[in-house]
Amino acid sequence: MEHENPELVLFGISFNPANIMMLFVTCLIVFIIAVLSTRRMQMKPTGMQNFMEWIMDFVKGIIKNNMDWKTGGRFHVLGITLIMFVFVANMLGLPFSIQWDHKLWWKSPTADPVIAMTLAATVVILTHYYGVKMLGIKGYFKTYIQPMPFLAPLKVIEEFANTLTLGLRLYGNIFAGEILIGLLATLAAGSFGGFIGAILPALAWQGFSIFIGAIQAFIFVMLTMVYMSHKVTTDH
Amino acid sequence: MFLDTFVLLSSNADSGFLSSLNQRLNLGDIIATVVFFTLLMLLLKKFAWGPLMGIMDQRAEMIANEIEAAEQSRLDSQKLLEEQRALLKEAHANAQSIVENAKKQGEAQREELIQTTRAEVGRMKDNAALEIATEKEKAIAAVREEFVSLSIMAASKVLGKEVSEEDNRALIEETIVKAGEGR
Repeated sequence: MEHENPELVLFGISFNPANIMMLFVTCLIVFIIAVLSTRRMQMKPTGMQNFMEWIMDFVKGIIKNNMDWKTGGRFHVLGITLIMFVFVANMLGLPFSIQWDHKLWWKSPTADPVIAMTLAATVVILTHYYGVKMLGIKGYFKTYIQPMPFLAPLKVIEEFANTLTLGLRLYGNIFAGEILIGLLATLAAGSFGGFIGAILPALAWQGFSIFIGAIQAFIFVMLTMVYMSHKVTTDH
Repeated sequence: MFLDTFVLLSSNADSGFLSSLNQRLNLGDIIATVVFFTLLMLLLKKFAWGPLMGIMDQRAEMIANEIEAAEQSRLDSQKLLEEQRALLKEAHANAQSIVENAKKQGEAQREELIQTTRAEVGRMKDNAALEIATEKEKAIAAVREEFVSLSIMAASKVLGKEVSEEDNRALIEETIVKAGEGR
């Protein structure tokens, strides 16, 4: 289980090639799924098109829960991409993890705190961007003194707390899942008895991890839209 | 962590911003994540979500149109049905009135026929009565004439002489009339 991350310094910036690779793999899978399922589109949807339309409607439902569609429609693409990306990313680390020279190469990209936090921060920064864009500078700062001006410090803290919880929730769930799967795999690889003993919990935990991964993807998008609606609507 | 980074940054200001940040943060992953995600989103928007949303909108529009058309045709058929019903009602009323008229006309015709017949019969009866009366009159006159002749003949026989019919006729006739009245 002991491992370290590979490192690569390029143009004076340090990269983790494993992360880059896994991000690329995630993007590739999402892109292939999305493009394959939207080929040969028909008025009367069949097969994968149905599935994609279900996802679209699902995300649409999430957005509609938080704001009216006239405001929220512009976040539809963001929401669908986010849910697909996070879900696929969560799934990638489940079947196996690959280490080479004690360096971890194959894992869920979202099991890396930097990536999870970056996604969270991107989302929160986007909420601020759209807040300013849609309410104007004045309207944007007005949200801080509502409903009570003395709550403004809490509102500022909330922004950082949101970012932190959004990212760490995702990271924590996925990372914990992978740790446990790793432990069970080590147990299974150790001895015959261990293999027998590890089969059942490993199966159960993998199933549970799939569930967790899906739930976390949903929660991530849900919270994105909640934060977004706090920034772009005035009635909260 | 942030605070530490800033403290570190201020102390290592000489060695450069990036290198000092690199000791704490793998900035590359952050950039890569954002770039990858943004690229993915843009590509998907162009190749997958855009067309899919297009076709979904198109379908929604089609469904809306279909519903509208269905509603329209429903209204049309309703109107047509109403029209037909009104026509039927009118035809029914027409038929009723025609039958009524025919009945009335028949009744009138029957009445008229009866009236005519009755008048005819009355007229014929009158004619017959008139004729009978005339005949009776004629017969009485004839009988009276005969009677006068017979009476004169009888009287002449009794008197034994010729009684002038011309002289006594007026007298006899007067007597007969009186006798007739007395009867």
